[in-house]
Amino acid sequence: MSEVAPRIAVLVFPGSNDDRDAAWALTALGGDARLVWHAEEELPEVDAVVLPGGFSYGDYLRCGAIARFSPAMQAVTAFAADGGLVLGICNGFQILCEAGLLPGVLRPNASLEFVCMDVPVRVERTDTKFTSRCKPGQELVIPVKHGEGCYHAPADLDDEQIVLRYARGANPNGSERDIAGVVNADGNVLGLMPHPEHAVDPLLGSGDGALVLASLMDAARERLYARA
Amino acid sequence: MRATVLVRPKAGILDPQGEAVESSLRQLGFLVDEARVGRVIDLDVDAATADEARGEIERMCERLLANPLIESYEIEVAE
Repeated sequence: MSEVAPRIAVLVFPGSNDDRDAAWALTALGGDARLVWHAEEELPEVDAVVLPGGFSYGDYLRCGAIARFSPAMQAVTAFAADGGLVLGICNGFQILCEAGLLPGVLRPNASLEFVCMDVPVRVERTDTKFTSRCKPGQELVIPVKHGEGCYHAPADLDDEQIVLRYARGANPNGSERDIAGVVNADGNVLGLMPHPEHAVDPLLGSGDGALVLASLMDAARERLYARA
Repeated sequence: MRATVLVRPKAGILDPQGEAVESSLRQLGFLVDEARVGRVIDLDVDAATADEARGEIERMCERLLANPLIESYEIEVAE
Protein backbone atom coordinates (compact mmCIF):
# COMPACT_ATOMS: atom_id res chain seq x y z
CA MET A 1 0.00 0.00 0.00
CA SER A 2 1.42 3.37 -0.89
CA GLU A 3 1.54 5.94 1.84
CA VAL A 4 -0.53 9.10 1.80
CA ALA A 5 1.40 12.12 0.51
CA PRO A 6 1.73 14.77 3.23
CA ARG A 7 0.80 18.24 2.04
CA ILE A 8 3.63 20.71 2.40
CA ALA A 9 3.54 24.43 1.66
CA VAL A 10 6.75 25.91 0.27
CA LEU A 11 6.69 29.68 0.68
CA VAL A 12 7.89 31.88 -2.16
CA PHE A 13 9.17 35.36 -1.35
CA PRO A 14 10.44 37.87 -3.88
CA GLY A 15 14.08 36.76 -4.05
CA SER A 16 13.57 33.13 -3.00
CA ASN A 17 15.57 30.90 -5.31
CA ASP A 18 15.44 27.43 -3.78
CA ASP A 19 11.67 27.20 -3.62
CA ARG A 20 11.37 25.02 -6.71
CA ASP A 21 14.25 22.78 -5.68
CA ALA A 22 12.59 22.29 -2.29
CA ALA A 23 9.25 21.49 -3.92
CA TRP A 24 10.97 19.13 -6.35
CA ALA A 25 12.83 17.29 -3.56
CA LEU A 26 9.71 16.97 -1.39
CA THR A 27 7.75 15.64 -4.37
CA ALA A 28 10.52 13.19 -5.27
CA LEU A 29 10.34 11.88 -1.70
CA GLY A 30 6.60 11.32 -1.90
CA GLY A 31 5.23 14.63 -0.67
CA ASP A 32 2.56 16.86 -2.11
CA ALA A 33 4.35 20.21 -2.31
CA ARG A 34 2.47 23.44 -2.92
CA LEU A 35 4.11 26.77 -3.65
CA VAL A 36 2.57 29.64 -1.66
CA TRP A 37 3.23 33.27 -2.64
CA HIS A 38 4.30 35.58 0.19
CA ALA A 39 1.28 37.87 -0.29
CA GLU A 40 -1.17 35.11 0.65
CA GLU A 41 -2.79 35.81 4.00
CA GLU A 42 -3.78 32.20 4.56
CA LEU A 43 -2.00 28.92 4.03
CA PRO A 44 -3.75 26.16 2.13
CA GLU A 45 -4.61 23.14 4.28
CA VAL A 46 -1.17 21.62 4.81
CA ASP A 47 0.67 19.35 7.23
CA ALA A 48 3.98 21.22 7.18
CA VAL A 49 5.59 24.40 5.89
CA VAL A 50 9.03 24.87 4.35
CA LEU A 51 10.69 28.28 4.13
CA PRO A 52 13.20 27.95 1.30
CA GLY A 53 16.60 29.45 0.67
CA GLY A 54 17.30 32.58 -1.31
CA PHE A 55 17.50 36.30 -0.71
CA SER A 56 14.00 37.32 0.30
CA TYR A 57 13.41 41.02 -0.30
CA GLY A 58 17.02 41.32 -1.43
CA ASP A 59 18.24 40.64 2.12
CA TYR A 60 17.78 44.38 2.68
CA LEU A 61 18.37 45.76 6.18
CA ARG A 62 19.18 42.31 7.67
CA CYS A 63 18.54 38.97 6.03
CA GLY A 64 15.03 37.81 6.88
CA ALA A 65 14.09 41.08 8.60
CA ILE A 66 11.61 42.21 5.96
CA ALA A 67 10.23 38.78 5.06
CA ARG A 68 9.09 38.23 8.62
CA PHE A 69 6.40 40.90 8.14
CA SER A 70 4.95 39.43 4.94
CA PRO A 71 1.30 38.33 5.10
CA ALA A 72 2.19 34.66 4.57
CA MET A 73 4.60 34.78 7.52
CA GLN A 74 1.78 35.90 9.82
CA ALA A 75 -0.04 32.74 8.74
CA VAL A 76 3.11 30.66 9.34
CA THR A 77 3.48 32.12 12.83
CA ALA A 78 -0.11 31.11 13.65
CA PHE A 79 0.49 27.69 12.08
CA ALA A 80 3.58 27.17 14.26
CA ALA A 81 1.79 28.39 17.39
CA ASP A 82 -0.80 25.68 16.71
CA GLY A 83 1.95 23.04 16.70
CA GLY A 84 2.42 22.99 12.92
CA LEU A 85 5.73 21.74 11.54
CA VAL A 86 7.96 24.41 10.05
CA LEU A 87 11.35 23.85 8.43
CA GLY A 88 13.49 26.85 7.48
CA ILE A 89 16.42 26.30 5.17
CA CYS A 90 19.18 28.94 4.91
CA ASN A 91 17.26 32.16 4.23
CA GLY A 92 14.28 30.35 5.76
CA PHE A 93 16.35 29.87 8.94
CA GLN A 94 17.26 33.56 8.90
CA ILE A 95 13.58 34.51 8.58
CA LEU A 96 12.55 32.22 11.46
CA CYS A 97 15.18 33.82 13.70
CA GLU A 98 14.10 37.34 12.79
CA ALA A 99 10.46 36.35 13.34
CA GLY A 100 11.29 35.12 16.83
CA LEU A 101 10.14 31.58 16.03
CA LEU A 102 13.70 30.40 16.63
CA PRO A 103 16.31 31.76 19.07
CA GLY A 104 19.40 33.60 17.87
CA VAL A 105 20.33 35.35 14.66
CA LEU A 106 22.47 34.70 11.57
CA ARG A 107 25.33 37.15 10.95
CA PRO A 108 27.75 37.65 8.06
CA ASN A 109 30.23 34.77 7.77
CA ALA A 110 33.33 35.35 9.89
CA SER A 111 35.44 35.13 6.71
CA LEU A 112 33.19 37.69 5.01
CA GLU A 113 33.26 35.34 2.04
CA PHE A 114 30.31 33.60 0.48
CA VAL A 115 30.75 29.88 1.08
CA CYS A 116 29.53 27.24 -1.33
CA MET A 117 30.61 23.68 -0.56
CA ASP A 118 29.59 20.30 0.78
CA VAL A 119 30.01 20.14 4.55
CA PRO A 120 29.85 17.26 7.03
CA VAL A 121 27.16 17.91 9.63
CA ARG A 122 26.77 15.86 12.79
CA VAL A 123 23.30 14.90 13.97
CA GLU A 124 23.18 15.72 17.70
CA ARG A 125 19.61 14.59 18.26
CA THR A 126 17.58 11.95 16.50
CA ASP A 127 14.49 12.37 18.69
CA THR A 128 13.22 15.38 16.76
CA LYS A 129 10.57 15.52 14.07
CA PHE A 130 13.27 16.54 11.59
CA THR A 131 15.96 13.93 12.26
CA SER A 132 14.07 10.78 13.21
CA ARG A 133 15.47 8.92 10.20
CA CYS A 134 19.09 9.64 11.20
CA LYS A 135 21.33 7.59 13.46
CA PRO A 136 22.73 9.15 16.65
CA GLY A 137 25.99 10.95 15.85
CA GLN A 138 25.57 10.33 12.13
CA GLU A 139 27.49 12.65 9.84
CA LEU A 140 25.47 13.95 6.93
CA VAL A 141 27.12 15.53 3.92
CA ILE A 142 24.96 18.46 2.84
CA PRO A 143 25.91 21.56 0.83
CA VAL A 144 25.92 25.08 2.25
CA LYS A 145 25.82 28.23 0.15
CA HIS A 146 25.50 31.47 2.03
CA GLY A 147 27.12 34.75 2.95
CA GLU A 148 25.38 35.16 6.30
CA GLY A 149 25.35 31.87 8.15
CA CYS A 150 27.33 32.71 11.27
CA TYR A 151 24.93 31.71 14.03
CA HIS A 152 24.89 33.89 17.12
CA ALA A 153 23.14 32.12 19.98
CA PRO A 154 21.35 33.85 22.84
CA ALA A 155 23.20 33.28 26.13
CA ASP A 156 20.44 31.02 27.44
CA LEU A 157 20.25 28.69 24.44
CA ASP A 158 19.55 25.18 25.72
CA ASP A 159 22.00 22.54 24.44
CA GLU A 160 18.96 20.38 23.77
CA GLN A 161 17.93 22.77 21.01
CA ILE A 162 21.09 22.18 19.02
CA VAL A 163 20.10 19.49 16.53
CA LEU A 164 22.90 19.79 13.96
CA ARG A 165 26.53 20.86 14.27
CA TYR A 166 29.25 21.23 11.67
CA ALA A 167 31.75 18.43 12.12
CA ARG A 168 34.93 19.31 13.98
CA GLY A 169 37.11 21.56 11.81
CA ALA A 170 34.40 21.93 9.16
CA ASN A 171 32.61 25.04 10.43
CA PRO A 172 32.27 27.09 7.23
CA ASN A 173 31.06 30.38 8.67
CA GLY A 174 32.23 30.90 12.25
CA SER A 175 28.96 29.84 13.89
CA GLU A 176 29.12 29.73 17.67
CA ARG A 177 29.50 26.22 19.06
CA ASP A 178 29.59 24.92 15.45
CA ILE A 179 25.80 25.21 15.32
CA ALA A 180 24.29 24.32 11.94
CA GLY A 181 20.67 23.79 12.97
CA VAL A 182 18.42 24.59 15.96
CA VAL A 183 14.94 23.59 16.98
CA ASN A 184 12.49 25.63 19.06
CA ALA A 185 11.61 24.62 22.62
CA ASP A 186 8.36 22.99 21.48
CA GLY A 187 10.17 20.90 18.87
CA ASN A 188 8.02 21.81 15.88
CA VAL A 189 10.18 24.48 14.22
CA LEU A 190 13.67 23.77 12.87
CA GLY A 191 16.09 26.02 11.04
CA LEU A 192 19.35 24.98 9.40
CA MET A 193 21.90 26.58 7.11
CA PRO A 194 22.79 23.48 5.04
CA HIS A 195 20.45 22.68 2.14
CA PRO A 196 18.91 19.21 2.47
CA GLU A 197 16.88 19.81 -0.71
CA HIS A 198 20.15 19.91 -2.68
CA ALA A 199 21.23 16.53 -1.34
CA VAL A 200 18.48 14.08 -2.13
CA ASP A 201 20.15 12.14 -4.92
CA PRO A 202 23.59 10.45 -4.64
CA LEU A 203 24.02 11.14 -8.35
CA LEU A 204 24.47 14.81 -7.41
CA GLY A 205 27.00 14.14 -4.66
CA SER A 206 24.95 13.13 -1.62
CA GLY A 207 21.55 11.77 -0.72
CA ASP A 208 21.91 12.62 2.98
CA GLY A 209 19.56 15.60 2.90
CA ALA A 210 16.73 13.21 2.09
CA LEU A 211 16.95 11.90 5.67
CA VAL A 212 15.99 15.32 7.02
CA LEU A 213 13.18 15.88 4.52
CA ALA A 214 11.85 12.33 4.88
CA SER A 215 11.84 12.72 8.69
CA LEU A 216 9.81 15.91 8.28
CA MET A 217 7.40 14.08 6.00
CA ASP A 218 7.01 11.19 8.46
CA ALA A 219 6.02 13.71 11.13
CA ALA A 220 3.74 15.57 8.71
CA ARG A 221 2.05 12.29 7.77
CA GLU A 222 1.49 11.48 11.45
CA ARG A 223 -0.13 14.85 11.90
CA LEU A 224 -2.30 14.23 8.86
CA TYR A 225 -3.45 10.85 10.25
CA ALA A 226 -4.05 12.31 13.70
CA ARG A 227 -6.38 14.88 12.20
CA ALA A 228 -8.24 12.44 9.95
CA MET B 1 10.61 65.90 11.11
CA ARG B 2 14.04 64.80 9.94
CA ALA B 3 15.75 62.10 11.96
CA THR B 4 18.75 59.82 11.82
CA VAL B 5 19.05 56.37 13.30
CA LEU B 6 22.48 54.88 13.98
CA VAL B 7 22.51 51.11 14.34
CA ARG B 8 25.66 49.50 15.71
CA PRO B 9 26.83 45.99 16.45
CA LYS B 10 26.77 45.59 20.26
CA ALA B 11 30.02 45.33 22.15
CA GLY B 12 31.34 41.79 22.11
CA ILE B 13 29.48 40.86 18.93
CA LEU B 14 31.78 39.60 16.21
CA ASP B 15 31.98 42.25 13.49
CA PRO B 16 33.96 40.84 10.55
CA GLN B 17 33.22 43.96 8.48
CA GLY B 18 34.78 46.15 11.15
CA GLU B 19 37.81 43.86 11.28
CA ALA B 20 38.23 43.99 7.50
CA VAL B 21 37.95 47.78 7.47
CA GLU B 22 40.45 48.06 10.32
CA SER B 23 42.93 45.79 8.61
CA SER B 24 42.63 47.73 5.33
CA LEU B 25 43.19 51.03 7.14
CA ARG B 26 46.27 49.59 8.80
CA GLN B 27 47.60 48.47 5.44
CA LEU B 28 47.20 52.06 4.28
CA GLY B 29 49.33 53.15 7.20
CA PHE B 30 46.59 54.53 9.47
CA LEU B 31 46.97 53.69 13.13
CA VAL B 32 43.47 52.53 14.05
CA ASP B 33 41.94 50.09 16.47
CA GLU B 34 38.53 48.65 17.27
CA ALA B 35 36.84 49.64 14.00
CA ARG B 36 33.16 48.68 13.94
CA VAL B 37 30.78 48.99 11.04
CA GLY B 38 27.12 49.89 11.59
CA ARG B 39 24.29 51.35 9.59
CA VAL B 40 22.74 54.81 9.16
CA ILE B 41 19.06 55.30 8.40
CA ASP B 42 17.86 58.81 7.57
CA LEU B 43 14.14 59.38 7.54
CA ASP B 44 11.31 61.90 7.77
CA VAL B 45 8.80 61.14 10.48
CA ASP B 46 5.38 62.69 10.88
CA ALA B 47 5.37 64.02 14.44
CA ALA B 48 4.41 67.25 16.24
CA THR B 49 7.35 67.28 18.65
CA ALA B 50 10.83 65.87 18.79
CA ASP B 51 9.83 63.68 21.74
CA GLU B 52 6.94 62.23 19.79
CA ALA B 53 9.26 61.56 16.85
CA ARG B 54 11.77 59.92 19.13
CA GLY B 55 9.12 57.63 20.63
CA GLU B 56 7.88 56.64 17.20
CA ILE B 57 11.40 55.87 15.97
CA GLU B 58 12.12 53.82 19.09
CA ARG B 59 9.17 51.62 18.16
CA MET B 60 10.55 51.33 14.62
CA CYS B 61 13.91 50.25 16.02
CA GLU B 62 12.38 47.64 18.31
CA ARG B 63 10.24 46.16 15.56
CA LEU B 64 12.41 46.40 12.47
CA LEU B 65 15.42 48.69 12.25
CA ALA B 66 17.61 46.92 14.82
CA ASN B 67 17.86 43.39 16.12
CA PRO B 68 18.13 43.84 19.89
CA LEU B 69 20.08 40.60 20.24
CA ILE B 70 23.10 41.96 18.39
CA GLU B 71 22.56 45.64 17.73
CA SER B 72 22.16 48.85 19.70
CA TYR B 73 20.71 52.04 18.26
CA GLU B 74 20.89 55.76 18.74
CA ILE B 75 18.31 58.28 17.54
CA GLU B 76 19.02 61.84 16.50
CA VAL B 77 16.09 64.16 15.77
CA ALA B 78 16.71 67.52 14.08
CA GLU B 79 15.16 70.05 16.49
